Amino acid sequence: MKPKVLLENKQLEVTLTRLCYQLIEVHNDFSNSVIIGLQPRGIYLAHRIQKLLEGILKKKVRCGDLDTTFYRDDFRKKELKPNKTNIDFIIEDKNVILVDDVLFTGRTIRAGLDAMLAFGRPKDVELLVLVDRRFSRNVPIQAKYIGLVIDSIETQNVRVEWAETDKKDRVTLIDK
Amino acid sequence: MSSLSVNHLLGIKNITTGDIQLILETAKNFKEVINRPIKKVPSLRDITVANLFFENSTRTRLSFELAQKRLSADVVNFSAASSSVKKGETLIDTVNNILAMKVDMVVMRHSSAGAAEFLSKRVNAKIVNAGDGAHEHPTQALLDAFSMQEKLGDLKGKKIAIIGDILHSRVALSNIFCLQKLGAEVKVCGPTTLIPKYIESLGVKVESDLRKTLEWCDVANMLRIQLERQDIKFFPSIREYTMLYGLNKDLLDSLPKKIVVMHPGPINRGVEITSDVADSDQSIILDQVENGVAVRMAVMFLLAGRQ
Repeated sequence: MKPKVLLENKQLEVTLTRLCYQLIEVHNDFSNSVIIGLQPRGIYLAHRIQKLLEGILKKKVRCGDLDTTFYRDDFRKKELKPNKTNIDFIIEDKNVILVDDVLFTGRTIRAGLDAMLAFGRPKDVELLVLVDRRFSRNVPIQAKYIGLVIDSIETQNVRVEWAETDKKDRVTLIDK
Repeated sequence: MSSLSVNHLLGIKNITTGDIQLILETAKNFKEVINRPIKKVPSLRDITVANLFFENSTRTRLSFELAQKRLSADVVNFSAASSSVKKGETLIDTVNNILAMKVDMVVMRHSSAGAAEFLSKRVNAKIVNAGDGAHEHPTQALLDAFSMQEKLGDLKGKKIAIIGDILHSRVALSNIFCLQKLGAEVKVCGPTTLIPKYIESLGVKVESDLRKTLEWCDVANMLRIQLERQDIKFFPSIREYTMLYGLNKDLLDSLPKKIVVMHPGPINRGVEITSDVADSDQSIILDQVENGVAVRMAVMFLLAGRQ
């Protein structure tokens, strides 16, 4: 079946810009806030948001990459490959915005919360996702900033592509 | 592939190049973990590991134990000196008794070559060989390769010399297999009596002149003279060995290029290597120890991940 396009081009750009302004409403100039993207796919969104914010705020915004592999509860159930963690700041008493591309079962975010604590105790943690697949959660985790909410069934996959790695920015719904 | 081809780590000989690369890649992630303010991850929280050391060890045992604790595994330690082995219990009985207490993984050092493999065929647990006689010491070879890669990048075509007591050394054998699988050239150097006869059949070069070897190599891995295994005289005296095969600062400084100096420990200072060489900036001996924990975390993480 042909993949159904959920977001692309102008629409995706508008969505990202809206998420940035929503963040600024809460975090002002980001002086005490940091962004953490979850590996492997959340980091592209995190860095995109960082770049947009820096353009709007005209100042540096801190952004790190966090790998959750060693904190997952399903690592013996499927093959997982660890990625790089790259956080060169302390998150103690900071407002942390966790960023991932798709929120599905919530298990990655749960592992991410655990992994994040190895870098200190944040003041506050929020979650930003580009796509929220609602009614599919295994754990009670919800995002505060959401690009797009969709209803999907388990046999479907949401794929987020970025120009950095896949030539084109695009979000599609595909049948597995 | 993100999974090992084996259920146990018995030696380097029976694992693939892909396995070695996977372990070294994963170890990079763990090295980042052990340099964090909180050096612990919960990956193996549901695993119990028994460390069975039928032979003495400080570094390896501590390194394994730290690796297990940083992976949140439960650990039980056993050393032959204070156990029922002294009362005549067999290896298999000892291990089966320990496994009856629900242990998932066994890290074992034993003085008999093949002890780890013997065990892996008879008991239901993942086995990691922490040294079996003069046979293999796979995690040491992996951490040596990891440390060399950190210093030199890809090891393909690099020239590695292993110098000293090759005959009694499990480190030498595992290193040879590991380095060759990663594409490096290996040369062994030492007194003829301490070089096994068959060694050339493994595809390594043999050289008896230390200076020539050092001029050829990028890395010199100095092995310990195993004084406890010198039951017959392999060389006339320690002093003569030091004069011919000991690495000192003058010799190191007279070489045309800056080579990397390694030693698996424990060092006999002033015998195979002098103190000023061991503590020089060309020596990566303490990096090897740090990397040992990361590599062992990677090995146990990957073995535990196999269904």
